[in-house]
Amino acid sequence: MDKLLKPLTALGKAEPLRETIGPWELVERVDVALASVAPRRGREAEVSAAAAKAGVPVPGVARAAEGEVFASFWLTPDMFMVEAPFASHEDIRPKLLAILGDGASVTEQTDAWVRFDLTGAGLERVFQKLCNVDLGAAPEGFATRTVIEHMGCYLIKRNGVTLYGARSMAGSLHHAIHLAAGTVA
Amino acid sequence: MTRIAGGLIDRSRTLTFTFDGQSFQGHPGDTLASALLAADVRLMGRSFKYHRPRGVLTSGSEEPNALVEVRTGGRQEPNTRATVQEVFEGLTARSQNRWPSLSFDALGINDRLNSFFAAGFYYKTFMWPAKFWEKLYEPIIRRAAGLGALTREADPDAYDKGFLHADLLVVGAGPAGLMAALTAGRAGLRVILADEDFLLGGRLNAESLAVGEQGSADWARSAAAELAALPTVRLMPRTTVFGVFDHGIYGAVERVSDHLPAPVQGQVRQTLWRIYAPQAIMATGAIERPIAFDNNDRPGVMLAGALRAYANRWAVVPGQRVAVFANNDDGLRTAVDLQAKGVDVVAVIDSREGGALLPGIRHLRGASVVDTSGRLGLTGITVEHRGRRETLAVDALGVSGGWNPNLGLMQQHRARPDWSDEIAAFVPARGPKGLVAVGAAAGVFSTHGALRTGAEAARAAAEALGRQAPYALPKAEDAPYRIAPLWAVKGASRAWVDQQNDVTVKDVKLAHQEAFSDVEHLKRYTTLGMATDQGKTGNLLGAAIMAELTGQSIEATGQTTYRPPFTPVSLGALGGRSKGRDFKPFRLTPSHHWAKSQGAVFVEVGMWLRTQWLPKAGETEWRQSVDREVLATRASVGICDVTTLGKIDVQGTDAAAFLDRVYANNFASLAIGKCRYGLMLREDGMVYDDGTTARLGPNEYVMTTTTANAVLVFRNLEYARQVLWPDLDVQIISTTEAWAQYSVAGPNARKLLQKLVDQDISDAGLPYMGCAEITIGGLRARLFRISFSGELAYEIAVPARYGDGLIRALVAAGEEFGAVVYGTEALGVMRVEKGHVAGNELNGTSTALNMGLGKMVSRKKEAIGVTLSGREALVAEDGLRLVGVKPVNPADAMKAGSHFLKIGAAPTVENDDGWLTSLVYSPHLGHYIALGYLRDGARRMGEKIRVVNLLAGTEIMAEIVSPHFIDPQGERLRG
Amino acid sequence: MLIPHPLLGPRDAQEFVYLGDAALIDRPDGADIPTMHDYLYLRDNPAGEHRELWYHEQGDRSWLVVTRNTVTHEILKVELARDVARAKGRSK
Repeated sequence: MDKLLKPLTALGKAEPLRETIGPWELVERVDVALASVAPRRGREAEVSAAAAKAGVPVPGVARAAEGEVFASFWLTPDMFMVEAPFASHEDIRPKLLAILGDGASVTEQTDAWVRFDLTGAGLERVFQKLCNVDLGAAPEGFATRTVIEHMGCYLIKRNGVTLYGARSMAGSLHHAIHLAAGTVA
Repeated sequence: MTRIAGGLIDRSRTLTFTFDGQSFQGHPGDTLASALLAADVRLMGRSFKYHRPRGVLTSGSEEPNALVEVRTGGRQEPNTRATVQEVFEGLTARSQNRWPSLSFDALGINDRLNSFFAAGFYYKTFMWPAKFWEKLYEPIIRRAAGLGALTREADPDAYDKGFLHADLLVVGAGPAGLMAALTAGRAGLRVILADEDFLLGGRLNAESLAVGEQGSADWARSAAAELAALPTVRLMPRTTVFGVFDHGIYGAVERVSDHLPAPVQGQVRQTLWRIYAPQAIMATGAIERPIAFDNNDRPGVMLAGALRAYANRWAVVPGQRVAVFANNDDGLRTAVDLQAKGVDVVAVIDSREGGALLPGIRHLRGASVVDTSGRLGLTGITVEHRGRRETLAVDALGVSGGWNPNLGLMQQHRARPDWSDEIAAFVPARGPKGLVAVGAAAGVFSTHGALRTGAEAARAAAEALGRQAPYALPKAEDAPYRIAPLWAVKGASRAWVDQQNDVTVKDVKLAHQEAFSDVEHLKRYTTLGMATDQGKTGNLLGAAIMAELTGQSIEATGQTTYRPPFTPVSLGALGGRSKGRDFKPFRLTPSHHWAKSQGAVFVEVGMWLRTQWLPKAGETEWRQSVDREVLATRASVGICDVTTLGKIDVQGTDAAAFLDRVYANNFASLAIGKCRYGLMLREDGMVYDDGTTARLGPNEYVMTTTTANAVLVFRNLEYARQVLWPDLDVQIISTTEAWAQYSVAGPNARKLLQKLVDQDISDAGLPYMGCAEITIGGLRARLFRISFSGELAYEIAVPARYGDGLIRALVAAGEEFGAVVYGTEALGVMRVEKGHVAGNELNGTSTALNMGLGKMVSRKKEAIGVTLSGREALVAEDGLRLVGVKPVNPADAMKAGSHFLKIGAAPTVENDDGWLTSLVYSPHLGHYIALGYLRDGARRMGEKIRVVNLLAGTEIMAEIVSPHFIDPQGERLRG
Repeated sequence: MLIPHPLLGPRDAQEFVYLGDAALIDRPDGADIPTMHDYLYLRDNPAGEHRELWYHEQGDRSWLVVTRNTVTHEILKVELARDVARAKGRSK
């Protein structure tokens, strides 16, 4: 789609950030579309069935789930976040509504968040300086909301750590990660 | 030099440091105290009140006397205990509380005047006149008394915080702690072992005992090495666990770089750790206490255990001729160890009667030290033995009044400790759940006992977590600890109880005499147990002396409350990263990078940075920019980033009913494709937020909140749908960050937008208060026809990543109209010109009626706050009402914060007619205008009133007018 | 403090916002001014066991009813406020 308006990353750049801090790799992801899905009252089973049929995984409590095209993670007792490739699913809301019908409230969340993927051995040491999540003890696929330097974030333990922070605070969040990793690199 | 052989210092390296400008040498492994003692420096400070010469009393963090200033410049730190400061190359240290020099201190005169400085002196002396206190007494007292001085420079170092999780936290790495950590670590538990010392081992490093087949220090080193190799164990030397918080949360400070001249690149000075551990073992050891006898505070008098520690660990004997004064067996070890090292042990003065005598040492039973001599350092002691007095020439005296289990952490939850006659000390009672004391901290003083209780506690902790932790103990001494309590030796002069605060036995007696007998009163009256050491060596002594005076038991006399922190924590560590630019995160709007490139001036609004105004070339005063932005917007078109307003997606089949409950006005009737302004009330009837909500579909709304209240509104919405009406089918999520939103306002707003929007946005296509999902060059977007400025206005939203593109597109499209980008100041001017309420009016004590919006509160439905907004006092006819205010003389500048007074009324609270809430200069009208709450305001239009600011000393004559200064009929926004 | 969240297990109290007495659940919808006044302003403040509303703002956004001893801080029970409200008969 060749648009009139040029997109910028949350950090205000044309291209997403990719950097190495000590043994760790930090990658800003702008290629993921997001939408929250909240089944309407009494229609949870119906929504789960429709989602399963269409390959939209429904996560358990405090977990992330992965499908072929879609992935998801848990937000609240009645809401989860769906992730999909941005290139094919920029219009993620209508795509999900087509799957879920009027059984769920769906809200586009793509640009509400900045996403950083961190990889490398010993990430626990970085997160010990950032938040109270016990990353070492958490199982693969663990997903939780947490706070980093006053910033609410979603943290997913999935081939490393995926961190979603408020888009407007992308710079401050990156700064916090950078400083913390620097002390333990 | 008084270095002897042995010790745990690295003699292969020499470190040079200075003390009071003089250069000294030490070795890795030395503390400042041990290195100074090795250089025959005994005098290290002056006391708090009497400026008495003082040396080290202890060899650890309980030190009351040897407080020094270390480092220089921004890193200068006062009140550092020389007993814990590691020596590093280039360390600079200075003594405190003396002038002009440590050996000659002018205020040493206070010592001669001691009878004037007894407990309660300040309370009694500096009472009157009251106004002298702040200006005269306090500055003088503060200069004379006190501790070290703060640097006035900023600390250049970084501090940070962190979070650790463990199955078991072990505090203290002496024999009990090491054994506990070994037992749990070998069983695979996640263990954190923290110790304030830089060398793990605790007293094992200070003794000449054996553990297993090794010397005690060697065993400690082996144990630490094994622990370091265990994958689930984290060793944290130089880490003080200072606080015990609820449910297994502990506070700790790791001194990452205090032993270095400066932190290495990227490293911090200290880290504040929050440790989560369901099980914790306090292996914090015991603290030796002195005995009070006359002039027991001279440099050279120290605790017997410390004297022994300096000899065994640091290979230093701070004297040539040494004596020991003890009431217990442990004190005798000092004499034995020193003699074995070839030191001349002049005598052991043992207060107890009977029992075996130490071989080869002059061991006096039933004896006591009654006085000392030596001006700047000990030269002799007077001993009383069998009714005879004898003076012995000694330059070091080790004193042991017994050992107190270190209760600092165990008793922070206010559980009262139990008294043990056996050890004549308090032992921990029950601590918080999951916390247990072992070894000396539990009153078990033998090495074997420490190892055994440590291992047992670790096994119990493992079992509590459903795990097994078998153990085998190395052989170690299990000698009994025999003590016959002796607190104070009768004397004629002064005997110190608390050396840091210069509290003597006489002061305790005076406190008793004046009825300050309770330990908490004793503390406040005499300052016993205050300041940096919190009475670690002196508290029990003071309580015991008070117990003798009152005739109560020591147990009944009790201890003052233990509170965190165990030892002082620097403010730097508590602040962590949160200083300067990193005090809080910044939230940047989608137009931020563009605005910055245009030279925008930003203002902090909560965490947001918003454009305050955007100066053009040649504008030197902010008003020039703001006036231009306002005039251009009203004349043609202006663009403003309003992304920061809270946006909440509200969906569900009961969404309409839900909105009706949370807004005071009606929302059920809102049609699809329409927006409505709403007021939110607190349950007490006060307005707390406002904003517009748009209906995008049958079951789909987007709500806006004020920037400041976005989080609070969301919390309250969750409360309403979960707690109050749990079966409403409504789902909410914040979309504040998802959309970049701009206001486009002014007569040419539509023309500008139509150049970008793919759909028809004529007045028919999108009437006033309409909303629509539209596209811009195919990109999904939202358009709301709402106005805060009073002009024909829209708010247009695109996904945030396109926000930068949109501001550029809007500016480019607006060029032909002379469009401006305006900031929050211009926004504020235009809303006051239109009489719209904002933060100043939504002050938490104002109702809709006060704001002139009383009709919006619907009494036909149930909504939060509506009932109580109808309370009698809140609906009084003559209550405060929002009015407009303009100066009678247009040249007059009213002051923000002014109050309203009738003409001729005295400026009293009774005559207060209300106050001015918002004040701006209206470039449109050419004078200042204001909004305010005026008593009975609606009926006072046209009245002349005084706008008085007593603080600024201004009084302006003004006229009460409608708050709608511009276009009161609202014709422009409907255009 | 650690609050044992019924879905998420122990969570640091720093993640929560405290509101107060869980009696606030019993809102007298549609009541007159005196009744609403008593509901809003008259609360118990016991030294001992207390049922309180806490909001997991930096977590899963659940409102919880926490039964806590205000003297010892011991937490005896934690429930989802929505479940408690329903059990008390609150609906739409």
